[in-house]
Amino acid sequence: MPDAPGLELIRGEIERDCPSAVLATSFDRSQAALIVDPEKVLDVLRWLKEQPGQRYDFLSSLHAADYLPAEPRFAVHYELINRDRVERVRVKAMLADPGNEELPEIDSCVDLFPTAEAQEREVFDFFGIVFRGHPNLTRILLPDDYVGWPQRRDFPVGGEPVTFTYSERRYD
Amino acid sequence: MEVERRSLREKQVDARAMLRGDLEGEDLERYVEERVVTTTFEKVQNWARSNSIFPLTFGLACCAIEAPISIVTARYDLARFGAEALRASPRQADLIILSGRVSIKMAPVVRRLYDQMLEPKWVMAMGACSSSAGMFANYAVVQGADKFMPVDMYVPGCPPRPEAVLYGFTKLQRQIQGNPDQGWRQRYDAYGTEEWARGGPRSEPTPEAAEAYREARELTLA
Amino acid sequence: MTEQVVERDREIMTVNVGPHHPATHGVLRLVVDLEGERVRELRPVIGYVHTGIEKSCEDKSYWKVIPFVERMDYVSYFFQMEAYCGAVERLIDLEIPPRAKYLRTIFLELNRIHSHLVWLGTTALDLGAISMLWYCFRERDKILDLFEMATGQRMHTRYFQVGGVIEDIPLGFEAKCRRFAEEMPIRVGQYEALLDRNEVFLQRTKGVGAVSRERLLELGVSGPLLRAAGEPWDLRKAFDYLAYPEVDFKIPVGTVGDNYDRYRVRVAEMVESSRIVSQCLDALPDGPFIADDRKYVLPPRSELSTSMESLIHHFKLVTEGYRVDPGEVYYSIESPRGELGCFVLADGSAKPARVHFRDPSFVNLQAFRDMAVDTYVADMIASLGMLDPILGGVDR
Repeated sequence: MPDAPGLELIRGEIERDCPSAVLATSFDRSQAALIVDPEKVLDVLRWLKEQPGQRYDFLSSLHAADYLPAEPRFAVHYELINRDRVERVRVKAMLADPGNEELPEIDSCVDLFPTAEAQEREVFDFFGIVFRGHPNLTRILLPDDYVGWPQRRDFPVGGEPVTFTYSERRYD
Repeated sequence: MEVERRSLREKQVDARAMLRGDLEGEDLERYVEERVVTTTFEKVQNWARSNSIFPLTFGLACCAIEAPISIVTARYDLARFGAEALRASPRQADLIILSGRVSIKMAPVVRRLYDQMLEPKWVMAMGACSSSAGMFANYAVVQGADKFMPVDMYVPGCPPRPEAVLYGFTKLQRQIQGNPDQGWRQRYDAYGTEEWARGGPRSEPTPEAAEAYREARELTLA
Repeated sequence: MTEQVVERDREIMTVNVGPHHPATHGVLRLVVDLEGERVRELRPVIGYVHTGIEKSCEDKSYWKVIPFVERMDYVSYFFQMEAYCGAVERLIDLEIPPRAKYLRTIFLELNRIHSHLVWLGTTALDLGAISMLWYCFRERDKILDLFEMATGQRMHTRYFQVGGVIEDIPLGFEAKCRRFAEEMPIRVGQYEALLDRNEVFLQRTKGVGAVSRERLLELGVSGPLLRAAGEPWDLRKAFDYLAYPEVDFKIPVGTVGDNYDRYRVRVAEMVESSRIVSQCLDALPDGPFIADDRKYVLPPRSELSTSMESLIHHFKLVTEGYRVDPGEVYYSIESPRGELGCFVLADGSAKPARVHFRDPSFVNLQAFRDMAVDTYVADMIASLGMLDPILGGVDR
């Protein structure tokens, strides 16, 4: 992991090349994170991947989280590894819920990291986050005709209540 | 009646004589009393079926390592109960072991596999997930496989030990020998569901077939 | 006339393999476009064991999540537990005692051997070497005996706890485990003797399904698949966790990246894993097996009848669980299939707001197209076996 000053250095360098892309940094529990503008997330990822001396070129995980009731609500996380320096950095793009049953949108990073193809589909499947420019953005784990975005916090867990002798439905 | 002990050789000679029609009178009576057990055809059929079950090579989740794989290996050895020949095609199989959780995406597939199996067929729900969804009370899992297909035997555990599966298996054998379906098929209206290739009979049973099935069942129970 | 023949040669037939197919090692569905016997296009369809575990975890308190995550990748359950417990320990900043570190390492490595044995048995079965299944499952049962001895369950043991392990190993475990670790390299040698001169096996693995290192890295592939292509990337060496910095082991690396290399790498890993187990048993320190922080760790059973305070802690932990300050942690370890990451988001309550697993099978499965396209359909089955996806982990 880059330490807290190292993270600020990275932020400063990104700021020079793509201004106002990084909104904030966080260094929590010895994990470094860059919170970026979702419109410029591709610029930051490309910078981290291709900038000489940085080379965070292995996207180990792409996942999303729902921070309800916080606003903006969704976040897409990109866990990057620099395999030379053995450092991890997390890029976090916060996405607001547009409301009116519209889906939040962000640029797809499949061209940059082909590994994101299935993981972006998974995020779409569970959170309904649309990745612009994804080659085949369809449901991946749930049936194609499923309605709803089950990993959102306001989606019920589902299942059935367990019946015991006192609560069992009687069949006649 | 006193049955005198005779050597195998003598018995063989007798059997051959009977087959040729040479054995007559008292000798034949004695031979029949010694050697022949009478029973009903259904019972023999069920006895034969129970000891030559062909399970389907079908794994769903965690239990798949224990049930179709582990129980045929050396330590547990399902061959002792006459069921080591796993069939990859549902059309050749008698028993489907639901080894794991059935998701909403998988449920139609499982049901189709069940329909593709030919009668007589049995279902074993192995483990908590396929019996009742176990711990996974959520949107993605069918809450018990018996919601969409008849289940003959439930094996509890998460996952059950192979010994538990073997115990469930011997229980199933007994059930086949004694009381083949315990009324599950009627409750689910699930007999005659075989899926045929083009040109075969329709999948719902004719009234005559249903009647014949009911009669056969009553005979077996009697 | 010739044109027609050419046309017929170019005919593409789409074949559906699965979700019920004995060679897909689970409920994977493959839609394969065949030209003759060559695979020209391939689309894996997954989700047939999607269990909604990540959603269920949001509904449980932190310590109740452990049995759920075990059931994701059901062959490497100790790794799932370690990824989750490690992430929560980093969230609450809890240091685990050295004995727990060593015990966890022992069980992880036994589990790695177990996972590779299941892989070797089933894959060799697909390639026609059916006796391997019997030999591999003989050793697998020995490992499961060890698990059962220490934890009481064969699979899904729930042995790791936040803060350590739930119980110390019983008497006699050490000797039994040591005997197994000494025996295992010999057994691996026997497997190799069976397979390495098996002409069918060699013909079907050598030079088949090779993917270049650069492509694998682009696809995010990790674990033995990546190492078989010559990239020595192993999180056990890269990021220090548990007792791995203190034991001596090597990382097997392949050269070509074909199916034979994948087989060699995994088989060599089994030997290395048994070396790690032996070393950990030698260096197993004394002391507590679980951290002493009563806020997060259940008090020992014996204290409950004498200490009121312990009883209160026990009651609090069992009914509500512990609360975790808001924050998020991504913790990843090297599972038998590659980088297994666990992302836990805490929102201040006693239940995690999100538990996400970066499952190596899920990511590695994307490389399957590169491995299988333009090979024969029989080689596709071999490649799938060598990819070693666990569908429970893919679908979660």
